Amino acid sequence: MTVMEQRDAHRPVPPPAWQPRTDPAPLLPDALPHRVLGTGAAAGADPALLRRLYAELVRGRRYNAQATALTKQGRLAVYPSSTGQEACEVAAALVLEERDWLFPSYRDTLAAVARGLDPVQALTLLRGDWHTGYDPREHRVAPLSTPLATQLPHAVGLAHAARLKGDDVVALALVGDGGTSEGDFHEALNFAAVWRAPVVFLVQNNGFAISVPLARQTAAPSLAHKAVGYGMPGRLVDGNDAAAVHEVLAEAVAHARAGGGPTLVEAVTYRMDAHTNADDDRRYRESSEVEAWRAHDPILLLERELTARGLLDEDGMRAVREEAEEMAADLRERMNQDPELDPGELFAHVYAEPTPQLLEQRAQLRAELDAEADHHAPEGTAR
Amino acid sequence: MTTVALKPATMAQALGRALRDAMAEDPAVHVLGEDVGTLGGVFRITDGLAAEFGEDRCTDTPLAEAGILGTAVGMAMYGLRPVVEMQFDAFGYPALEQLFSHVAKMRNRTRGALPLPITVRVPYGGGIGGVEHHSDSSEAYYMATPGLHVVTPATVADAYGLLRASIASDDPVVFLEPKRLYWSKESWNPDGPQPVEPLGRAVVRRTGRSATLVTYGPSVPVCLEAAEAARAEGWDLEVVDLRSLVPFDDETVCASVRRTGRAVVVHESTGFGGPGGEIAARVTERCFHHLEAPVLRVAGFDIPYPPPMLERHHLPGVDRILDAVARLQWEAER
Repeated sequence: MTVMEQRDAHRPVPPPAWQPRTDPAPLLPDALPHRVLGTGAAAGADPALLRRLYAELVRGRRYNAQATALTKQGRLAVYPSSTGQEACEVAAALVLEERDWLFPSYRDTLAAVARGLDPVQALTLLRGDWHTGYDPREHRVAPLSTPLATQLPHAVGLAHAARLKGDDVVALALVGDGGTSEGDFHEALNFAAVWRAPVVFLVQNNGFAISVPLARQTAAPSLAHKAVGYGMPGRLVDGNDAAAVHEVLAEAVAHARAGGGPTLVEAVTYRMDAHTNADDDRRYRESSEVEAWRAHDPILLLERELTARGLLDEDGMRAVREEAEEMAADLRERMNQDPELDPGELFAHVYAEPTPQLLEQRAQLRAELDAEADHHAPEGTAR
Repeated sequence: MTTVALKPATMAQALGRALRDAMAEDPAVHVLGEDVGTLGGVFRITDGLAAEFGEDRCTDTPLAEAGILGTAVGMAMYGLRPVVEMQFDAFGYPALEQLFSHVAKMRNRTRGALPLPITVRVPYGGGIGGVEHHSDSSEAYYMATPGLHVVTPATVADAYGLLRASIASDDPVVFLEPKRLYWSKESWNPDGPQPVEPLGRAVVRRTGRSATLVTYGPSVPVCLEAAEAARAEGWDLEVVDLRSLVPFDDETVCASVRRTGRAVVVHESTGFGGPGGEIAARVTERCFHHLEAPVLRVAGFDIPYPPPMLERHHLPGVDRILDAVARLQWEAER
């Protein structure tokens, strides 16, 4: 054996099929969540964008408060509030072009509203007069998904289809920290990476899946790190810093649109309210923790930046608040009207054409309703 | 009169031809699944499609059924017409959440705004000597989910016609392919225009006066064989091939039972909670005064699908069907 051969003998020979795939280093997220507000980077942010974000955050906070109030008045069946998470909701909507698609979960009605959806339509599911109150194709907002993470493969498939058709459409899908444990999260990210689909996954890590904290959800260094295993970049961002979330998402959207494939973004935020109005968060978290996050409120962070830079004064704030009040008053008024319900519609959309069996059942229900009306009609009156 | 060149063809060939023709006719039709590309599928149904239409139209996906169906939902939302292949009946179970919670409901939850024209092809049933998880009859799960059409062919011609109709449907269709009939041969005209049957119609495969065998998919040939054997016993059996479990063709089934006065439902799926219970109830509710005997069921036993060396005891066969026919209270007639 020559000296050279001896040296080679110490170098492990990889199995025949093995080859290096992707360099993981560029995919890794930063060690700390990306920040813009209150840092030197803020000077580079577009003042018009910051003001727009501010107006949307204030409007979003008011929307959350109004929707929560409507549950107490019995006008909504349930409301999963995104109070505290408005920066993520709003930025997700604002980074998209009109032709792009948003895939929300049930907590993301605000993102749909920020994208231009009528709040009454966005709240239809939670009011309970139908499951979806809008035509998804009109605003390119998918139906609110209640089964966790199941909307993620839809976003991948849509983005993939758009790419096959040669359209430069991007899909942005929202999911929570709990949703990252679901199998559909894994399958969606894997398909997206393999297909290089133009899709952006935004995980709003709000600390809790109802009552279960993140530590019981994952042992990963961060949720953003999960991206590396799929071969896509992971980005970690402060979810209460609206400028930072907007910047990171805008980069991911541009990357996807340019053919670079998917990105996983973890936004670290906090759910200030209970899971829904039906939940009692005192059973699983300390109020001191909630208070600590109050000092890191997304509106506060942006307000501080804008006022320090002279981009916002008392009059400006008042104007934004007034506009938000108008939105809330309009929402309140319209939600206080009873929706029109047509029981016959229950059979109308199950199939393109109702089956013979559904036609029989529709006739049965109609007969029951007629009999009920007869029963309630005053005696001696013809109906 | 034009002469039609009939050649022997297998159900597998007819299914492949249906996919090919649908893809050639409509660029929105995309096939996706495990091994459907280069290999042509484990049953070779998609053989040649990737070569003819490219890998973007016939795509080997990662091995994940929920992902396959979930991405198909998104593709359909964007205007495509996906045809997905579940490799085997039991391998399709990871996709059930997507199927039940989204595919079946999307049209309804969006008030008709977002129909999902997706065809889910599922090789189903036993009789091929498959090991565990390769022989399930999963139709009852699909039948119990409003919003899905559930279709299953029993002949070569129907395999083509029903698959074309399923792909053309604007509703999601679970297309159940009886895998033990994949290699069944019939005379078929592969070059002529193939009639596309409307979904939801049963067909009388054999007319008879004594009793009706109501069946579908893999049990149709078994019932036809039983009907031939029954002649020796003096029974003239009618055989109704349902072809579509949803929508259910009450009209054809009840017209037959009213004629014969007796009915046996035959399928491989379990008896308890299986399709036969629903069919027997529907027939009884509609044809009670025409019935000379209770509607009987010949079904698979209420057991997990048996290992291959024991499956013949589980599958409804000619003798078990004839035993059931014998129990249809003929005494009153004699």
